[in-house]
Amino acid sequence: MALDTVALTAARCTEENSHAFSSMHCGYPAPGYPDSFIFTPFFRIGSFYFTKPMLLALICMAAVIGFFWAGFARPKLVPRGAQNVAELGITFVRDQILRPMMGRRGDGYLPFLVALFFFVWTMNLMEIIPVAQFPAMSFIAFPVALMLMVYVTYTYLGIKHQGLGGYFANMIPKGVPIGILLILAPVEILQYIIVRPFTLAIRLFANMFAGHILLLVFTLATWYMFSASIGLLFSATSFILVIVLTAFEMLIQALQAYIFTILTAQYIGGSLEAGH
Amino acid sequence: MLHLLAATGSPQSLIINFGALAYGLAAIGPGIGIGLIFGHGVEAMARQPEARGLIQSNMYIGFALTEALALIGIVVPYIFKATGSA
Repeated sequence: MALDTVALTAARCTEENSHAFSSMHCGYPAPGYPDSFIFTPFFRIGSFYFTKPMLLALICMAAVIGFFWAGFARPKLVPRGAQNVAELGITFVRDQILRPMMGRRGDGYLPFLVALFFFVWTMNLMEIIPVAQFPAMSFIAFPVALMLMVYVTYTYLGIKHQGLGGYFANMIPKGVPIGILLILAPVEILQYIIVRPFTLAIRLFANMFAGHILLLVFTLATWYMFSASIGLLFSATSFILVIVLTAFEMLIQALQAYIFTILTAQYIGGSLEAGH
Repeated sequence: MLHLLAATGSPQSLIINFGALAYGLAAIGPGIGIGLIFGHGVEAMARQPEARGLIQSNMYIGFALTEALALIGIVVPYIFKATGSA
């Protein structure tokens, strides 16, 4: 019975008559995982598909590299133009992210953090740039790749600066009664090994995924309710919501880039210091 | 009654969508948490307006960490897929 309904609906709901107030009563085309997030590839080499998110990632990489190259190719003492903006970005990362978390001895990690911050932010911005309109970070692979870089970095640095046994010994807080320690020690060890990298990747991915679906829901609702009746009012309201949510998404994009970078700085800073 | 739904073609379902229910339940905790974070942050800023920058940056860090749990709730229905639901 349910299959007949679906087949009947698919057969007679074309693009023109699928609006809400038409006589066809076709359902709302809800966005979801397979429909909105799988793209036909531009070309394929064997089983390697080159899809739109990969293209966006390459464009973001070229944009970040090009921006900082243009800023610092011929640096002057009094900055002008691109160098001014690039210096603004670098001092923001250094003073708001690096110095509070790592202090001065972490200045060697500034290029890594600057690249991370601006790459994540540019990839997130792809959601609201007109032709692209897809947040490349909503493919789980990209946050996982960044997370792996951060994870290997802070684990390696922790073992190098604190020794293998010292790294695990410093995870367990001192001065805690033994009863609580029995519960706290596995939690803390799991925190360093599993929970921190997992939440680092998932936080970025889920924020971008949810934001994209949110914008898609209201954009599709604008289209769906568009008809020459009260539907115009509904459609206009939905469109206003799309604009408001786009502004909200801009805040969330910058915030997620900032959070990713500051947590990276905190984890690396925690690994650098030899014990609490 | 199902044949009436089929006749109008209205694609309504009489089955509970557990994915949506899961997110609704998952949003309770982070909702309270974010309210606490910003509430205490505003109170702290009112007590000591000079510490505004420090409190604001810590507020946003705490907000993002708490929001992560609610957003994992959005993503989980796609991970643990029942047959034909999401």
